[in-house]
Amino acid sequence: MSDAAAAAELAARTSYGRLVAYLAARWRDVARAEDALGDALVAALETWPRTGVPDKPDAWLLTAAHRRLVDGARHAGVASAAETDLTLMLQEQIDDQRGARVSDHRLALLFVCAHPAIDETARTPLMLQTVLGLDAARIASAFLVAPATMSQRLVRVKAKIREAGIRFEVPERHEMAERLEAVLDAIYAAYGSGWEDVAGGDPRRRGLAEEAIWLGRLVTRLLPGEPEALGLLALMLHCEARRPARRDSRGAYVPLREQDVTRWSGRMIEEAEGVLATAAHFAAPGRFQLEAAIQSAHAQRARSGATDWEAIALLYEGLLRCAPTVGARVAAAAAMAEARGAETGLRALDMISPDAVAAYQPYWALRGQLLKKLKRIAPARDAYDRAIGLTEEAAVREFLMTRSSETR
Amino acid sequence: MQFTILVYETQTELAARTDPKRKDAYWGAYRAYTKALRDAGVMVGGAGLEPPRTATTVRVPDGKRRVQDGPFADTKEQLGGYYVIDVPDLDKALEWAARCPSASTGSAEVRPNMPPPPPGA
Repeated sequence: MSDAAAAAELAARTSYGRLVAYLAARWRDVARAEDALGDALVAALETWPRTGVPDKPDAWLLTAAHRRLVDGARHAGVASAAETDLTLMLQEQIDDQRGARVSDHRLALLFVCAHPAIDETARTPLMLQTVLGLDAARIASAFLVAPATMSQRLVRVKAKIREAGIRFEVPERHEMAERLEAVLDAIYAAYGSGWEDVAGGDPRRRGLAEEAIWLGRLVTRLLPGEPEALGLLALMLHCEARRPARRDSRGAYVPLREQDVTRWSGRMIEEAEGVLATAAHFAAPGRFQLEAAIQSAHAQRARSGATDWEAIALLYEGLLRCAPTVGARVAAAAAMAEARGAETGLRALDMISPDAVAAYQPYWALRGQLLKKLKRIAPARDAYDRAIGLTEEAAVREFLMTRSSETR
Repeated sequence: MQFTILVYETQTELAARTDPKRKDAYWGAYRAYTKALRDAGVMVGGAGLEPPRTATTVRVPDGKRRVQDGPFADTKEQLGGYYVIDVPDLDKALEWAARCPSASTGSAEVRPNMPPPPPGA
């Protein structure tokens, strides 16, 4: 790749979100901000090989994007009153460039993406596209949605932001907790349900783990005083630390309790522990900190060689009080089974509504495992079969089939 | 809303049906998948198809019958069977298709079933 192309790519990756956020906040139109920036990137790729890469690539891209937006607005016959605004904006932008810094509106953009007026399923895709610049096709694959559908959803939701006049601002103190939770939920959805999935990582979302951690870091940098944001980052780092151990050298699936701890990333675990300790200083526990604490307890096995299942089961009890999701309930049942016996775990599973787990693979995998331990052969095989039928990953399917065939 | 999941399998997968070493895993995976569809209450119907070499293709261009041994098209992945499911939307249909064993090795194509044509059409 040529230097110019490489510089344009680098600029795209490092400043895309900042530039989109800046433009979108000024113009209150995410779709047009993205289009203008996209055009500016294309122009950069055409121009830079001839002129060389400018000293401040961001400022160059921003000027080009602004020009597109101004032209577009004039073309669309924006009322002349807006012209004054446009001039003002250009002046402001020039000032920004002199300061060699584009003011950071990414936090406001994150809050826009996870605004209560926006459909929950659209929040994460919107964030991935506007803040990170991922294309709709990649996001569609990660969320197992038809690419055309995903594009339409993104277009629709951007139109809604514009039409509903959703404001680009960071929420006030009194509504911060609730609004931040929506932002964190959206980031966690990008990370995926890998860790709470008893049977293993969800391959669809694996590709977005890095992006989610990047967003998690961004939030902790922009909002350093929020312990739940730190909790989420610690949680994702803990899960990510174990990724290399989830498969053996032949590619076969390895469940958490059988993982070789020497294959966990010590560096990431250390970072996760540091982040979680910082969160604890605020003495304001919450869902993500509890989830991170559970993963921290699992990580202790690398040091002590054993897992304190009773401690983990108690942490789950705390988690269920603030976030009784199906995933957490199944994972809690797994911990209870380890700490207090398979019967107890099975009773916890029985208390979950059958409708909620009709297509939830981890429930059936755990059910099969517990029934097998209790020597209830036929029901165990039945549950394993159900889990196998609900599995997407070939390695996990194979693992479950082996466990099921050992049931006799 | 009804969708059909078309199960496209590679030669290797089709061969697994009768390979003594692999047939248990092959049939086990499909049996479990079919059971999961049934137990979740989304299964409408479906069938596995005998391998492509058993196919006979008929064409009647200009009233002249032409019968040919083999499938309609000779491609890397061949139709090995299909499932008809009833789910609320395409998102849910894709979720089920992703769990189809052929999605790991070949592919699983999802198409909405057409509603019956209006009377008189």
